[in-house]
Parts: sequence; structure tokens; C-alpha cells
Amino acid sequence: MPDPEGTSGRAAIAEITLATSRDVVAARQAVARILKERGLSVMRITRFVTAVSEIARNAIVHGGGGQISIYLDTRKEYLRVECRDEGPGIEDVTLAMTEGYTTAGGLGRGLGGAKRLSHGFEVRSAPGKGTTVSMSVKL
Amino acid sequence: MPQTATANILSILETDFSGVVEEWLGTQVKEGVKRSDLFSDSESRAQNQELLKAFVKGIRVGVVNEEFSLEDDAWEDLRAVLSDVSKERVGRGVTPTEMATFVLALKAPLFKRLEAMPGVEGGKLVREVLMVTRLVDAFAIYTNEIFIGERDQIIERQRQEMLELSTPVVELWDRVLTLPLIGTLDSVRAQEVMENLLQTILERQAEVVIMDITGVGTVDTQVAQHLLRAAAAVRLMGAECIISGISPMIAQTMVQLGIDVGTVSTRSSIRAALSDALQKVGYVIKTTEAS
Amino acid sequence: MSGVTSINLVENALLVSIQDDVTDTEIVALQETLSNRIAKERVKGVILDISSLEIVDTFVGRVIAQLAGISRLLAAETYVVGMRPAVAVTLVELGMYLPDIRTALSLTHALSQLRRA
Repeated sequence: MPDPEGTSGRAAIAEITLATSRDVVAARQAVARILKERGLSVMRITRFVTAVSEIARNAIVHGGGGQISIYLDTRKEYLRVECRDEGPGIEDVTLAMTEGYTTAGGLGRGLGGAKRLSHGFEVRSAPGKGTTVSMSVKL
Repeated sequence: MPQTATANILSILETDFSGVVEEWLGTQVKEGVKRSDLFSDSESRAQNQELLKAFVKGIRVGVVNEEFSLEDDAWEDLRAVLSDVSKERVGRGVTPTEMATFVLALKAPLFKRLEAMPGVEGGKLVREVLMVTRLVDAFAIYTNEIFIGERDQIIERQRQEMLELSTPVVELWDRVLTLPLIGTLDSVRAQEVMENLLQTILERQAEVVIMDITGVGTVDTQVAQHLLRAAAAVRLMGAECIISGISPMIAQTMVQLGIDVGTVSTRSSIRAALSDALQKVGYVIKTTEAS
Repeated sequence: MSGVTSINLVENALLVSIQDDVTDTEIVALQETLSNRIAKERVKGVILDISSLEIVDTFVGRVIAQLAGISRLLAAETYVVGMRPAVAVTLVELGMYLPDIRTALSLTHALSQLRRA
């Protein structure tokens, strides 16, 4: 996971409010557009944007709505997406990362899958404290 | 009026530019990093000259209050020349260490000249030496990064080429593809092989893919997982997969490891797989009448 | 702009083209619309053309799987056609193999499979 200090203090290059299912599409398209401009391959874009889609949806379905911020690492080597919600939070983050992993069944939040599709992946959450997912892809 | 360390250094470089270039070359020879086997004398001299010229320009405009950063616009020329020289050197086989030492060798001629400079008092000399050290060290570190970056790119390109050579997807017949897998299948390779295969299915509208594992050494759980993932992806795209080359030994190993192929067809030989495949795409194989 | 543009009846099968900007809400609505039409028109098959989809995540995957289940109960087979290579790789990596759904390279292939069924 690249040093977050590298991007802190820098403005996000895009902000997306997540409230309706249309916003999940907007988030996907925004990230995909930026990655395409940076010349990433279709395969790598698809993998990361799919992960972003899962996380964005979680914020709406489980978090009651949220906010996505997109950052470019200082050395322009990573794209970082931060998704925050003020929802009920996750009780056991470790468990949430592993459950539903092999089945992608739908009971879990799909965090494990999203992690596999990202380069860096971090979840900060606690009951009653909302959830922030920070995920990155190498440029 | 007392000169700054930078000003003193600059004056050395400006008054005795070619001298510094020659001595730099000399130090490089002494350290064994000139690589006369790869570069002619004139090529080496030209590289040093270009680099030193850009270095001097950077010092002239890019050092403010004895502070500098090679990322600044003022050092653009140096970065550009460095990029060109690195590409040249990497291309001919110079190592990162050699390249770094090549740059650091610039210190010796500068120190020598500082010592001999008239009017620079003993104590102040430390200041100059420190400044030279900072500048040349930064130069060397930056060089190292660019150098390694260039090398990584070359290695990556070579790896891709090798990969393509070793895992071709062959259109064996109309709408039938075959993928002869050879050697080991690590995650990275498996991923790339899969991407290439799926893309070919799309382009050729292939209906059947024969994945032949005759050339794969051992089939362990990981290899089996890669194979089954590939087969699953092939199916999702709408084509059918046949895994061929399953020897009795591999079959035993797979059963012992509890590997379940599910609905994927398997055959022991390519011949059998091909026969299946041709039938699936609508062909009947007949022998011609013997006379 | 609507995510689902068309549902056409072709040779006793419903052909659905799903657009790339389809939202979760729209796709769930589609599932319902299709279920009703399958029953009403007594079709033998549903062909989902996802060639426009650049991204298929676990939610969309699940909806498609459910639709296949519903169709089957209503005596129709569901075919997914046109899945992009990158999408196939990603779904597999997410563990979504969609084993109960039929797949075909194209509409033509799907129709020919349906004819044989």
C-alpha cells in the first residue's frame, strides 16, 4: 500500500457522491475513464473498476450512502480510490474479508474479491463509526 | 566578497570544463566502469561531455540558497540527457552499480580542483566539498532510478516475447483452438496465457479449445486451479474446453489431491481431443477408400 | 438514458441487449419484466446479450444467475452471449463460475443451440 502521506494534502482529482444505484455506474465510469487516459490495459482496468463497483455499491447498500474520492499518487505511480460511508460499520473486518470469498455468494460484502482485484486494499471500520475503504491500482 | 560554495564549484566547472571531463573519464577507467568494451573512447567522452554540460546548466540555474531538487524544471536538461545515456548504456549491458559508480567518479576531479583553488580557506573548503558531495550524490541516485527503470522495461519486454513464443495459441482447425502448455505454470504466466487465449477465442470465434498439458511437468493443486479457472473463463465466453494430455499418473495425482474437474471434458491424448473437437464443430472423420 | 434498450422476440426466444450504463435498479427491474414475459409468451429461451458490458460484478452476476433459475422453472433456458474476455477473467477470479447458466459465443450460436434443444 503506497504511503498515504504521498497523497494527503493533495486535492482529489474527482469526487463522487454515492446515493443511488446510478452513482455506482458514475463511479465506475469515472475511474475507468481516468485509467484509460493513463494507458492501462483493458484487462487491468476491468479488474480494478469491478472492485470499485463492489465497494461503491456496499457504501449505498450497507452504508446508507457515501462518498468516493480519487487520488493520484505523487510520483504518479498509483491511482487510489477512497470510499467513505457513515453507516453502521463492520463488526469484524477480518471476517468480512474472508467470508463469501470462494462463493461470491452474496452474503458477504465482496471485500475479499475486491481486494484480490486491487493492488493495495485497506478497510477501516468499526461498529457505529462508518467504513472507509482505500484501494489502489498501479499505473 | 565571499563566494558561495555553489559559485566556487561553478567557476571550476566553467573555467576548466574539458579538464574535468578528461579526469572524470580517467577516474571511470580507474574504477573499472568506463566499459571500453562496450563504448568507444569518443562515445564515452561525448556522453560525459553532454552529461557535464547539463549538470553545469542545472547548477547554474537550479541551486537557490544552496538548495536544489533534481525534480525541478531547472534540471530538465540533465534529466533528458541522463535518460538518453541510460538507455544507451542499459541497452549495451551496463549494470546499475557500474552506472552509479560512473557518475560518482565525478567527485574526484572536483575535489582535486577545489583543493588547488586559490583563495579558498581551509575551513571553507569543507563547505565546498559538502556541496559537491550533495550534488553528485543526488545525480548518482537519480541516475540509478532511471537506469533501473529502463532495465525493468527491457526485462519486461523480453519476458513478454518469451511468453508469446512459449505459449502460442494455435488454430488447429476451423473454430478449434489448441493451447499446448509447456513447462511450469506460475500465477503471472497463467494469467497472461488466459488473457491471450480468451482474446483469440473472441477474434477467431472459436467454439472449442483444447488445452494440452502433455508438456507440463507436475500437476499440483495450484496448476490444476489455474487450468480449471481458464476452462471456466473459456466456458463463460461461450466456448467449450477439453483438457488433453492427462496421463494415468496425472489422473491419479488429481484424484488423490481431490481435484474435481466438474463438467470439463478430459482426454488422455491430443488425438482423442481433436477427434472430439471436430465432431463438436460438425465434422465427420472418414478414411478414404483404399484401392 | 435507459440501461436496457431492447427485448425482442426471436424464434420463440427473448433476446435482451443490456447496455453498459445499466444500474442495479434497472437490472432488477429487468429480471422481473423478463420473468413475466417468459411466462406470458411461453418462450423456450432467453438470450442475454452482454457484449456491451465492460464491467460485470458480483451483483450483476447474481441477478443473471437468478434469472436463469427463474427461467428454468418457467421451462425456458437462459443463454449469456458476448461476454468480454476481461469480464470472464474477472468473474472467474471473483469465484463466479455461473455453472447453471448456458453460454454461447453469439446470438447465432445461442439460437442454434436452442433449436437443437
